[in-house]
Amino acid sequence: MAQYVLKRLLGAIPTLLFVVVLSFLLVHAAPGGPFDEERVLPDAVAANIEAYYHLDESLPKQFVRYLSGVLQGDFGPSYRYRDHTVSELIADAFPLSIRLGVMAIIVGVVIGVGLGTLAALKQNTVTDRVAMGFAMSGISIPIFVIAPLLVLFLAVKLNWLPAGWSGSSGVSRMLLPVIALALPQIAYISRLTRASMIDVLGSGFIRTARAQGLGTYAVVRYHAMKPAMLPVLSYMGPAIASVLTGSVVVEQIFGIPGLGQFFVTGALNRDYTLVLGIVIFYAALIVLLNLIVDILYGVIDPRVRYR
Amino acid sequence: MSAVLRLYRRIRRNRAVNVSGGILAAIAVLAVLLPLVSQNNYLETDFGRILEAPGLADMHWFGTDDLGRDLFVRTMMGIRVTLLVAIVASIVSLVIGVLYGAFAGYVGGRVDAVMMRFVDALYAMPFIFFVILLMVVFERNFLLIFVAIGAINWLDMARIVRGQTLSLREREFVEAARLNGVSTARIILRHIAPNLMGVVIVYVTLTIPQAILVESFLSFLGLGIQEPQTSLGALVNAGVNQMESAPWMLLIPGGLLALILMCFNFLGDGLRDLFDARQNR
Amino acid sequence: MSLLNICQLGIRYGDVVAVDDLSFAIDSGESVGLVGESGSGKTQTALAILGLLPATAEISGSIKFAGEEFVGADDRAFDKLRATRVSIVFQDPTQALNPYLRIGEQLRRILIAHNIAAGAEADARVIETLESVGLPDPKRQSGAYPHQLSGGMRQRAMIASALITSPDLLIADEPTTALDVTVQAQILELLDTIRKDTALLLITHDLGVVAGHCDRMLVLENGGLVESGATRQVFGTPKCAHTVSLLEAAPRLKQSIAPQPVSGKALLRVDGASVSYREPGYGRLHAVKSVDLALRKGETVAIVGESGSGKSSLVRALLGLVAAESGAVSFLGETLPRDARSRRQQIRRELQLIFQDPAGSLNPQMRVSDIVVEPLSVHEPSLDRRACRERVIRILEQVDLGAEFLQRYPHELSGGQAQRVAIARALIVEPKVLICDEAVAALDGTVREQILKLLQDIQGRTGLSILFISHDLGVVSSISHRVLVMYLGRLVECADGQTVFGSPKHPYTRALIDAVPVPDPEAGIAHTSLSGEVPSILSPPTGCAFHPRCAYAESRCTTELPAPTAIGATTVCCHRATEIDLQA
Ligand SMILES: Nc1ncnc2c1ncn2[C@@H]1O[C@H](COP(=O)(O)OP(=O)(O)O)[C@@H](O)[C@H]1O
Ligand code: SF4
Ligand SMILES: [Mg+2]
Repeated sequence: MAQYVLKRLLGAIPTLLFVVVLSFLLVHAAPGGPFDEERVLPDAVAANIEAYYHLDESLPKQFVRYLSGVLQGDFGPSYRYRDHTVSELIADAFPLSIRLGVMAIIVGVVIGVGLGTLAALKQNTVTDRVAMGFAMSGISIPIFVIAPLLVLFLAVKLNWLPAGWSGSSGVSRMLLPVIALALPQIAYISRLTRASMIDVLGSGFIRTARAQGLGTYAVVRYHAMKPAMLPVLSYMGPAIASVLTGSVVVEQIFGIPGLGQFFVTGALNRDYTLVLGIVIFYAALIVLLNLIVDILYGVIDPRVRYR
Repeated sequence: MSAVLRLYRRIRRNRAVNVSGGILAAIAVLAVLLPLVSQNNYLETDFGRILEAPGLADMHWFGTDDLGRDLFVRTMMGIRVTLLVAIVASIVSLVIGVLYGAFAGYVGGRVDAVMMRFVDALYAMPFIFFVILLMVVFERNFLLIFVAIGAINWLDMARIVRGQTLSLREREFVEAARLNGVSTARIILRHIAPNLMGVVIVYVTLTIPQAILVESFLSFLGLGIQEPQTSLGALVNAGVNQMESAPWMLLIPGGLLALILMCFNFLGDGLRDLFDARQNR
Repeated sequence: MSLLNICQLGIRYGDVVAVDDLSFAIDSGESVGLVGESGSGKTQTALAILGLLPATAEISGSIKFAGEEFVGADDRAFDKLRATRVSIVFQDPTQALNPYLRIGEQLRRILIAHNIAAGAEADARVIETLESVGLPDPKRQSGAYPHQLSGGMRQRAMIASALITSPDLLIADEPTTALDVTVQAQILELLDTIRKDTALLLITHDLGVVAGHCDRMLVLENGGLVESGATRQVFGTPKCAHTVSLLEAAPRLKQSIAPQPVSGKALLRVDGASVSYREPGYGRLHAVKSVDLALRKGETVAIVGESGSGKSSLVRALLGLVAAESGAVSFLGETLPRDARSRRQQIRRELQLIFQDPAGSLNPQMRVSDIVVEPLSVHEPSLDRRACRERVIRILEQVDLGAEFLQRYPHELSGGQAQRVAIARALIVEPKVLICDEAVAALDGTVREQILKLLQDIQGRTGLSILFISHDLGVVSSISHRVLVMYLGRLVECADGQTVFGSPKHPYTRALIDAVPVPDPEAGIAHTSLSGEVPSILSPPTGCAFHPRCAYAESRCTTELPAPTAIGATTVCCHRATEIDLQA
């Protein structure tokens, strides 16, 4: 087991390296420099700036410098927020994003699994149809449509909840962003759960458990839940990626100073170092979380053999 | 040929598939034809009539935007762009995915293991962020959007096709053909491909809404389609900025986007049920 | 009053009638056999008793248990009946046990659900029950997951779960069908000894099983009861034609009709073939170890052995589908390349293969005519369409299929028809050798007999040579000129059919013969001499691989590999073949 974990950890290194190389090359293959659009600088100043960002060095040299920085958690200075390093910006903004993300995933899993299980047990009844109709809407209405609608109705029209981030505080301002982020997850997870639960409930060992007179609750709780949750577990990797993506939009719409907001602003401002840093940071996060999911999968499914 | 015909007959009998397919076809046709009927075009601004609510006057059926442009024609243009991007991107992912997956699955062994390891590695990556990076670096390029979305979506297709090919390859009827010395090309053409068709159709249908989502997501962030060109995502973005004064600017393109996505999802679900039922028999 | 009383039971799914007007009763302690071919409604009846039918089933009539009516009862009522009063053992323990739950936990849940025991008391009872069904080291095994147990042990665990509550009635639905032949007998014996005064409803397609284990029997055909009575009486004087045909199709060692051996030069030879696969994490898995084989013109040679004995690997090496590690395959004196791809078309044409799963061996997207013609279009590309069509019609006729089948798709065929199409596809190019890999294992008794007869007919007409692979001695006995017995990759005995069945020389062969249930109530139960199950091929026992299960084993058996020895007409690999007497 420990050996397996170690092996998987080592296996993630090439992936991460690939991410760094690819994104680094992408950025440096850019036609024109990051400062092209600014007012014309005197040559001396331009040279100074280039030297400051090491843009005058050769590409391999820049890469080695960048990589060794990244390994020490240093993503270099930001092109736009001149007084901050990228690492500082990430450290500032990320806690907020991760808090929103984790809450959205928890809400998504709890409600999604509950709804999906209910629909599976009441297959082809009104309950099932309503739940799945809701889920279908959830996967079909993009988050950047849902989020503004939530603001429009719950905040602007009904005035129940604050519309923006600044100017309010506490749980209430988290509520709408978390709902917006969680809705697609609820939808997706409930569909996933329903499908896998129906699958499991149709299997031979569930018939055995029912033949043993265990009753619906015990059959689901002790026999069906674990196998039915395996697809949900493997979805956790993509779920995290999807919530991070969603947070880009949600932070934009609610004006939340999280990492997603920085990412979009950085992208629109051509703040290469910031965007590069965030991409690498997110990639590392997702690769590691995927790894954890894989390992958990092995713990839950006794048939997985570690090699 | 007969296999295609049988497939068609079965599809005709499924209601979810028929209804959602019908709506999609209608939307596509209208989006192409209706702008020709309208007296307005998508570029013309009229600062005298900004943010006008939907109505019949001057054929501003969906109202006007903050520059006084006709929203009906713009929305139809947006649908065209959205559908076009999604379909082209799906074809890109279809071609790459099917070729990659079928090759890995049919060759099998080490080659397969290496090829699939590569796919797994790519799976673990936050692709959308790469795409954004790409967009930032290489200006907002239409072609790039196709390639980027296609490059994300081929992974699923490759995995599924590979799995199917792998199991088909081991099936006895393929073995029987191989034993008789039927050529590899013929085995792939007669025995593998027709049996792959089902999953491929289903997954292409499910890939299209994903591509639509990515495109509109990028456009929403201002990183996709650029003004004065437009897409549903870009229209939603414009709508969000005006949603308190002109909610129709958000509701109409947002609703249409959701409708299109929902139809594709229903279509995919319906087709999958059809093929699953067939496999279970 | 009877324990179980079923009256005019009907089960239907829309237009499909699964069970029709079925009435029978079971008394306390009695053992009743329910016999019929697949699809005759046996399982549906069992599920109806326990209220486990799918929601789409429409059920009518009456099922009374101890006087209480259960047709139309709700799940709550059934939950009180299930396990405590009526238990069931399903066919395939691999699917019937929860792969995600430890064995002990699955049993403990039953005790808790019915408030029978909890905590340490439940644990003790679980272990006690597992011990009683013959699970070695029950304390440890109760912590095992199903996939960590062998097939036989899994079915024992399943039986333990059915009996842990001491029910009044045990339903066993084909409890041995998914198991190896030598294990089947063990499980049936266990059912007999352990159930004590629990009544037994034994569902099976195998009349031999009923003959040895049931007091009374019921025969089902298409959902209806066609015959019932005391087992002896039904076997002695069957009243219904369907019962008669079932009895005729029952596998038995038909020694008297085993054909005479064929002489002449070998058409196909295998010399010292070995096959091994790379097994990640283990190194190499040796599936076949230096096997010799000769097949003459017009001869049928059977290869018999349990799962893992290497039968299919041998066939695959012979056909060049896997490269043999060593050894040679020759056809008409010509040594063949190891890889099928380097073999001449003519050779491929002469060796044709039929698979176990009739449905899987036909491309679901092709019509029968296209399926059958494919080999012809490869081997005789010069034929025009009309000639091809004629050949297809002619060969379909030979397998007793009319021209109306030409346009059908595989899913429009029954199992027997699909297998006939597969045979037609193989024979259309007029091969000299036909290889049947478990070709009748998936078929019902009567259909199986038809296919075997068809093969014999064709052989009589054309002088076809047949290599017939089977795990079931009963099936091969009537058609094989020669029989080879394999165990863990090696040949252990080889002789003509009559000699093998009449005077086996290897203890394993003897055990296989004993394991065939005799469809005759007078014969009594065949007690198998064989304990245990086939060991893992990944770590075969040293010396004679059979020694852990052999009643005659002595010390050298554990270290020395027995060499092939000729005793009369038999070649046998056993140190003690000359000393021991295996006559029954
Ligand atoms: N869920 C179902 N829907 C429709 N028909 C079914 C279903 N289950 C079983 N049947 C039909 O019921 C008949 C009897 O099946 P079964 O009891 O399983 O037979 P047996 O156990 O004797 O092999 C078959 O014709 C089968 O096709
Ligand atoms: S060699 Fe020994 S162990 Fe093997 S079969 Fe003969 S007596 Fe039994
Ligand atoms: Mg059955």
